[in-house]
Amino acid sequence: MFSLAAAFVLSLAAYAAGAFASLVSWRKPALARRICCGTALAGGALGGLAAVLGILSDTPVRWSVSSGIPLFAYSFSYDALGGFFNLALAILVFAVSIYSFGYLKEFEGKRNLGVFGFLFHLLLLSLTIVFTAANAFLFLIAWEVMALAAYGLVTFYHEDRETRRAGLLYIIMAHIDSGCLLLGFALLIHASGSAEFASFRPIALQLTGAQQTAAFVLFFLGFGIKAGVIPFHIWLPAAHPVAPSNVSALLSGIVIKTGIYGMARIFLDSLGGVPSWAGLLVLIVGVISAVLGVLYALMEHDLKRLLAYHSIENIGIILIGLGAALIFRVAGHPQLAAVALIAAMFHTLNHAIFKCLLFLGAGSVQHSTRTRNMEELGGLIRPMPVTAFCFLVGAIAISGLPPLNGFVSEWLTYQSLLAGYGAVGGLKRILFPLAGSMLALTGALAAACFVKAFAITFLALPRGAESRDAHEAPRSMLIGMGWLTAACVALGLGVTWFLPTFNALTGQLLGTQVVASLVTGHGLVLSAGGRTAGTVSTALIAAGFLTLVLPAVLLVSLSTRRFGRKRGPVWDCGLPGLSEENEYTATAFSKALRMIFSVLYKPRREIQAVFDVSPYFPKEIHFESGIEPTFEKRLYAPLQEFLFRVSARMRTIQAGSIHAYLAYIFVTLILLLLFAVHK
Amino acid sequence: MTAALTNSVLQLVLLLLVSPLVSGVIKTLKARLQTRRGPGVLQSYRDIFKLLRKGMVIPETASWIFSATPYVFFGTATLVGLMIPMTTTHAPLSLFGGVLAVVYLLALGRFFLALGGLDTGSSFGGLGSSREMTVSAIAEPAMMLAIFTVAVGANSTNLSEMAKIAVSQSWRFLAPSQMLAFAALFIVLIAETGRIPVDNPATHLELTMIHEAMVLEYSGPYLALMEWGAAIKQLVLMTLLVNIFFPFGLSADWSPHAVMVGLAFYLAKIFLLGCLVVLVETTNAKLRFFRVPELLMVAFILGALALISTFLF
Repeated sequence: MFSLAAAFVLSLAAYAAGAFASLVSWRKPALARRICCGTALAGGALGGLAAVLGILSDTPVRWSVSSGIPLFAYSFSYDALGGFFNLALAILVFAVSIYSFGYLKEFEGKRNLGVFGFLFHLLLLSLTIVFTAANAFLFLIAWEVMALAAYGLVTFYHEDRETRRAGLLYIIMAHIDSGCLLLGFALLIHASGSAEFASFRPIALQLTGAQQTAAFVLFFLGFGIKAGVIPFHIWLPAAHPVAPSNVSALLSGIVIKTGIYGMARIFLDSLGGVPSWAGLLVLIVGVISAVLGVLYALMEHDLKRLLAYHSIENIGIILIGLGAALIFRVAGHPQLAAVALIAAMFHTLNHAIFKCLLFLGAGSVQHSTRTRNMEELGGLIRPMPVTAFCFLVGAIAISGLPPLNGFVSEWLTYQSLLAGYGAVGGLKRILFPLAGSMLALTGALAAACFVKAFAITFLALPRGAESRDAHEAPRSMLIGMGWLTAACVALGLGVTWFLPTFNALTGQLLGTQVVASLVTGHGLVLSAGGRTAGTVSTALIAAGFLTLVLPAVLLVSLSTRRFGRKRGPVWDCGLPGLSEENEYTATAFSKALRMIFSVLYKPRREIQAVFDVSPYFPKEIHFESGIEPTFEKRLYAPLQEFLFRVSARMRTIQAGSIHAYLAYIFVTLILLLLFAVHK
Repeated sequence: MTAALTNSVLQLVLLLLVSPLVSGVIKTLKARLQTRRGPGVLQSYRDIFKLLRKGMVIPETASWIFSATPYVFFGTATLVGLMIPMTTTHAPLSLFGGVLAVVYLLALGRFFLALGGLDTGSSFGGLGSSREMTVSAIAEPAMMLAIFTVAVGANSTNLSEMAKIAVSQSWRFLAPSQMLAFAALFIVLIAETGRIPVDNPATHLELTMIHEAMVLEYSGPYLALMEWGAAIKQLVLMTLLVNIFFPFGLSADWSPHAVMVGLAFYLAKIFLLGCLVVLVETTNAKLRFFRVPELLMVAFILGALALISTFLF
């Protein structure tokens, strides 16, 4: 019988061993690849076992080894919240490590697989520790290692200029967020006198209003940057697409979720709730991230950038649930808060799964066609049927359509918002239905975006030589994707069996367990709590749909047997033959929305035509279109300029003379002494 | 259990049989109002029957998505039809899901419809899919606001529950919030069912068509499923509108008498709403595509006003 501690320690050991074994065997690429993927698979399986045991055990398991350094200790706490995120991590690691067996094959002989394996395992190790650390400094160290490992993986194709720029942007933003967290923890440590997470909760109530505000702002900034909420998102669509696809899948799947984990850990567990305005702020930022994230995604025709923008959107949806939970908690509705928290956490898991699936699918496409540009793809459903099917399931799930998992968590979010209108007094209750309508807009736009992403990439005719010569991905990659596809379906149809996992989580964070009231109808139906509240049952919907479609299938097959069915050319308006030039493109598909939301996009286009004889028959047309990167241009460019100006001023004191520097040190010392004496 | 099963079967039959009739009546009434004779109210039945007895041509470029689409579209519309209350306050499959599931199941049908349009590689299909997804995306927030307005009144998203509350206060539709929400949902109905001024169901001109462009490559039994599905979807949305806002005649039990009365009331209500649709279609010109968002913005504002007035009154 395995104990939680053994499984947890063994999974950490597997990752650590994987890191070093990959590095050591870097000269033998095939071996390094097998070590990297094999140990990750083992670590993921052990981590999953630990997570399941951790979620099942009622009381958190704690270990602490003192380090001899004040305030710092190797303290771990395996509780329901950390266990839940470790479960998500394990599900993804399982898929990604199987997928990587095939995916990394092309790296052999071209890239250093030893370094890749080292960074990959370092990322997994630090993620596991981030979700279980119970000491602020241990958490920060793991956080920093995670950021650095991710940086190494993002810039893995470092000979590309775009990649290096993206990596730089990522590492700058990652350090701003680490800085904010450091200050936030400093504030809490100052108040409690200890860096253990457990010591924060008792003093949280004694914090002054200003301290509470400062703590909230610092942690929200720190975790918000990591999660990629708008307006701190600019690094995400730059960094995620340039990494190798198996890494992108982990980055968008779980690494940005550390921000969500941190918010849940600090706001709900350590601080025991935040002021009402802070909850509202989280909700509003969530709404803005969701709507703008999907609107920007619509304008992308780089498959992986499109997916990266959808991560911003889904983080927004998660924050809507989390914000609602924070508001209800302060308003004294723990039951409603628990439902909202379940919505947020379930969407976190669901998004991790389908976003990982979609990134792996995009990786297969890129693996086979060498391009991420949708305008050059098309018709891949014929050479790559399994990849296409998996991508389609992911697309339906992320669009929040029944009966898959994305629908269920969005449904729970709607129900929390609806309940919020009745539970919260005053004018601010209007915000809940408005947030609901914006969630509806987000869902519909996401559906439009994934119609585009799937149809332009996989349907109709190939648009270039790359997609004409495409081939299906190797079997290991298909198994990796198939596992996540099955998870999407299972969590969608079997949601009522999965929900009890959340009892421990809401019990720990909110002191209430609501799952019993959420499940009715012989365990098949999800209810928003109470007999007359809204219900939904994805399993029954799927069964009912199949029952109704079956006669239709019979009817059509009877008819075609009698009256025939043949293949014929597509209507081409009488012109000779349809070619890929007649097809709709991704740019054309999103044209209508680009026009409607032009206030936001500020689209520009440039057409240059070269005429031969008559102005009616151009010989050559050059067409360029794009949208204004509003946040980069309006917010970050002025900020950057300001920083450069200040740095230029500062240069005068950086004279380069050793005497001047000695003088600075002396003055600083005197000032510090004065400060100490004064205290 | 048996009562629920009978009710499901009855409602299914009603749904399958009445939906083409409603399309036919609207078509004929529209023709009469424009001083044409029109095709007759039974034309939709004849169309479907004829299409089922035709051979089918599948485009060479199409994949299995093209063939799956008619089933998904038809299946979701029919399933949704069983999840709404029609003649009694009980929706046969109300346990399957409330109004949110209804909206999202219809969205699933639309998702596949748009994929089917793009699957052939024809520009018409892409054009239709792009426009359909755009219009529905902009219609969605207005729809959700109006639905939330009704749902907070009933404190539930369960449609049977909403209908029961509506029956218990049968003059509630005179409340400003209900009237505004009705107006918002009516505009959404026009947009979702592809009627003038948003889309013209009678056109096959590439500049104006939306729904027809997506189904352009379908023929034979698939087209029959598509047309039937579209008729069912239209009936579902109309039913939702009349039964939530004007619950007259909705019976609370399954007795034959109550069901007959409910049915008579139901058909009369649908007929009246159909007349309203015809009036709007005849007295308006089709809007230029980029003016449609303005119309849907009006619906959104109506929905927001509806919500604010539940707060005030």
